[in-house]
Amino acid sequence: MKSNLAEKRDYVSSTNACKACMSLGACIAFKGIEGCVPFLHGSQGCATYMRRYLISHFREPVDIASSSLGENDAVFGGGPNLKQGLVNMINKYQAKAVGIATTCLTETIGDNVPAIVREFLKEAKVEGADGKMPALIQASTPSYAATHMEGFHAAVKATVAQLAKPVARHGGVNILPGFVSPADIRYLLEVAKDFGLSATLLPDYSRPLDAPASTSYEILPSGGTPLADIKKMGGAAATLSFGWTPDSQGAGRDLQERCGVCLHSLGLPIGLRRSDAMFEALETVSKRPVPARHADERGRLLDAMVDGHKYLSGQRAVVYGEQDMVIGLASFLAEVGVQPVLCVSGGRSAGFRENIEKVTEGLVREPVMAEAGVDFYRIAELSRELKPDFMVGNSKGYVVARELDIPLVRVGFPIHDRFGGPRLHHLGYRGAQELYDRVVNALIEKKQNDSSVGYGYI
Amino acid sequence: MSRLIFEERKDQFFETGGDKPFRISCDKQSLAGAVSQRACVFCGSRVVLYPIADALHLIHGPIGCASYTWDIRGALSSGPELHRYSFSTDLGETDVIFGGEGKLTRALDELIPRHHPKAAFVYSTCIVGLIGDDLQAVCNKASERHGIPVIPVMSEGFKGNKRAGYYAACNAMFQLVGTGDTRDIPPMSVNLLGDFNLAGEIWIIREYLERMGITVVANVTGDGRVADLRRAHGAALNLVQCSGSTMELAKMMQETYGTPFLRVSYLGADDMAQALYDVADFFKSQSAMEKAQELVREELAKIYPRLKELRKDLEGKRAALYVGGAFKAFSLIKAFRLLGMKVMLAGSQTGTQEDYEELAAICEPGTVIVDDANPLELMTYLIEKDVDVFVGGVKERPIAYKLGIGFCDHNHERKLALEGFVGMLNFAEEIHATAMSPVWRFTPRRALPELEEAAA
Repeated sequence: MKSNLAEKRDYVSSTNACKACMSLGACIAFKGIEGCVPFLHGSQGCATYMRRYLISHFREPVDIASSSLGENDAVFGGGPNLKQGLVNMINKYQAKAVGIATTCLTETIGDNVPAIVREFLKEAKVEGADGKMPALIQASTPSYAATHMEGFHAAVKATVAQLAKPVARHGGVNILPGFVSPADIRYLLEVAKDFGLSATLLPDYSRPLDAPASTSYEILPSGGTPLADIKKMGGAAATLSFGWTPDSQGAGRDLQERCGVCLHSLGLPIGLRRSDAMFEALETVSKRPVPARHADERGRLLDAMVDGHKYLSGQRAVVYGEQDMVIGLASFLAEVGVQPVLCVSGGRSAGFRENIEKVTEGLVREPVMAEAGVDFYRIAELSRELKPDFMVGNSKGYVVARELDIPLVRVGFPIHDRFGGPRLHHLGYRGAQELYDRVVNALIEKKQNDSSVGYGYI
Repeated sequence: MSRLIFEERKDQFFETGGDKPFRISCDKQSLAGAVSQRACVFCGSRVVLYPIADALHLIHGPIGCASYTWDIRGALSSGPELHRYSFSTDLGETDVIFGGEGKLTRALDELIPRHHPKAAFVYSTCIVGLIGDDLQAVCNKASERHGIPVIPVMSEGFKGNKRAGYYAACNAMFQLVGTGDTRDIPPMSVNLLGDFNLAGEIWIIREYLERMGITVVANVTGDGRVADLRRAHGAALNLVQCSGSTMELAKMMQETYGTPFLRVSYLGADDMAQALYDVADFFKSQSAMEKAQELVREELAKIYPRLKELRKDLEGKRAALYVGGAFKAFSLIKAFRLLGMKVMLAGSQTGTQEDYEELAAICEPGTVIVDDANPLELMTYLIEKDVDVFVGGVKERPIAYKLGIGFCDHNHERKLALEGFVGMLNFAEEIHATAMSPVWRFTPRRALPELEEAAA
C-alpha cells in the first residue's frame, strides 16, 4: 500500500478507543486465582464501570471491591481507606487472596501501595478463609500507562513474583496463556492432561467467569488457579508462555531467572503453525508424542482447510484487537489464504509490525499494513480505503463493519453484542477449526444474502 | 445470612411494617470494600448529558472512562448521533507529568472542525484536578476560537457520588439555558426533564402531549439538542422525571427564570395518566383535560385486554427492584401492583431521605428498603424474600440469574420502551416472559428445594 495512508495519523484525540484500561485487565487476571477478589484502589466508579463491562461480556457475576476514595482521601492519601476496605471485604467474602490493583487516581496522588499493605499486614486483625490472612497481591495499573492487556500481564507477573518461590523440582508444567477465553483455558488444560502433564495454568478464570448454574450466588466463585499450585510454579520443569509482546513474557521470564524454570515462549497458538509449535513444545516437555485425538483434530483441520480454500482465497481482512491476538489471527488467516490487509491494535507494545510481518511472510501476496496505537476512527479511515471483504475482531468494530456493509467475525474480547463470548474458542487445532468454520460461513452467508438467486447449495 | 450485611451499613436498610418509625441513612460515600453497585461523579454527569445528540462529548483523562461509556445506553436520536462516539484525550504518562492542557486544546481543535457540533462538553476525570489542568481556561479559549459553547463538566470521579455528577451536569446545561430565542414558543409549552429516550420513550410522551395541544420545547436530555436547551427557559413548565438527575436544573431554572416544575413519572398506567392530568391541571385548560381523559381511555382500552391475560399468570408473584434513582421505584411498585404482584425489596443507588420515606409509605408491610446495596446484600434479601422477578441494571442481572430468578433490565441495555401506556404493556410482557419461562424449573435452586433447605 503506497498511498498516503501509511503515513502516521496526525491527531492526538481518541475516537472510539480500541483498548480498555490497565486495571480492567488486572481484574480479569485476578478473577483467575482461587478465592481471589479483585480490589481496585481508587474511586468507586472504576470498579463499577469495569464490572459492567465484564458482566456484559461474560454474563457472570463479577464482584470487584473498591477503596471508594472520596475528596479528602485524594488530598490526604488513600491508605486508611485501602486498609479499611480490605478489612471489610475480607471479612465478608472470606477471601483466600486479594488482588489489589491501583488506578489513575491513586497512582497520581502517589499512594505507596506496597508500604500500605506492609503496614496493614502488621496491624490488621482480619480473618479470611480458614481464619487466615489472605494472600495480598499488588499490581501497579494506572490507566494512563498502557492498555488492559498490559494490566493483565502486570497482574500475572505480580502474582508470580509475590507468591511463587524457588522450590524443589516437581516435574509439572506452567502454562501462561495470556488473555484467552474460558473455552480456550479449558481446552489447554485438557490438552496438558492428554499429554500426562500436571499443569498449573495461570490465570484460570474458566470457571469463575463461566460458571455452571448452581444452587446459590457463590460469593467466592469456585475454580481459579489453586494458590498452593502458584506457590510451586518455581519448581516446574518448564513454562509455556504464549504471546509475542514483551509484557506477555514477563512472568515466564521471572520464573526462569529466579527459579530456573525453562521458558518456552510460543506466541499465541492460533492457526496451524502456531498450534504445531505448541504441540511440539508439549512433546518436548512431556517426552510423549501428540495424543491420537489431537493428531486427528489436526488432520481434520487440514482437511477442512482444503475443502474450504476457495471460499477464502484472496479474501481481504481487517484484523484488530489486542496485539497478541491480532498477530495470532494474522498468522492463521495468512495460512488459510486470506490476505490480511490491515492489522491494528490500540496497544503500543514493541515489535507489533515486525511480528505481523514474520507470521505472514511467504503466505501473503502483498505486504500487510500494521499499525499500533490506533483507535476505531483510524481503523474506519483506513478500512474505507482498503475495502476489505470482512473484519475479524471484538464487538467494538461493529460500527465500522456496519458502515462498510461487510461481515464481522467476532473473536476475543469484548463480545458485547453477541451471545456466548466466553465460549468462543481460538486456540489449538480445535480452536482453529472453529475459527475456520466461522470465517468461511460468514463469507458464505454474505454471498448468499447478497445474491438475487437465493442459492440452496454454495 | 445476616453476616453478609455490614455492621456499618445496618442503618441503610429498613423493613416496613414493624413498630419502628421510619429511619434510613443515605447519600453517604460508599463503604470501602463493600462492592457498591454505584458508580462515580463522572458517571452521573455522563449519563445525564450523554443523550444530547448534537454536542461533542470529550472526556479529558486516561482512556478507561471513555472506553467504558462508549455507546453505553440506547439514548435514541431522531437526527444527529454525535453522542454515540466516544471521544477522549487519552492522557498518557507524560501528560500526567507535564499537564494535559495542551493535549486538550489540540483535541478540541481537531474534533470541533471535524464534527461541527453545536456545543462541546469537556468532562473532567479523577486525575485532571490533581495534575492542575485549568479546564475552564482551556474551554473559554476554545469557545472563542470555534464560536460554539465549550463547557467544562466538573466531574472528577472521587468528588462525591453519582448525585454530585448529576449536579455538575445540571450546572453545565444551565450555561446553555437562556441563550436562545424564545419568541415563537406558545403559552402551553413544557420541557421534558429526566427522560433519556433509551428506547424511544420520549417520543411516546411527546406524542401524548401533542395530542393534548401542548408543545414540547426541550428534551432534557433524551433525543436532546443544544438549540432546544438554549431556549428551554421559554417553556411555561418543566416536567421533571427521575428526580435525582435533573431536579437541580429545574430548581436553577425556577430561581433564575421563574419556570415552575412538576414531578412526574411516565412509568406504569397510573402514573402516566396522572402526569397528563397534572399537566392539563397546571395549564387550567378544559380542552387539554378532556383530550387527556380521552387519550387515557383510548390507550388503556388498547392495552387492557392483554394486561388482564398477563395478570392471570403473574398474580401473587413476588418482585424486587434495585434502580438508580428512587423515584423510578415508586412507579415500578405501582406498575407491579397493576399486575397483581408484590414488591418485597426496593432499593436505589442515590435516593434521598425524602425519597425513601415516600417509598416506605407506599410499600406493603414486610418490604425491605435499601440504600446503596451490594451483591451480597441483594442476594441475601432475594433469597429471604423468595423473589420471582428482579428489576435492575446490567450489574444486577447475574445476581438474579445465578439464583434462578427472572430479570427485567430497567437500565442501559434494554431496547424496549417501558414508559407510557404502551410501555406498561411492554413491561408486563417482559415480566411475563421472564417470570413464566420454563427454565426456572430446571435451574438448581428452584429444581431442588431440599438443597436450599440443607444450605440454610
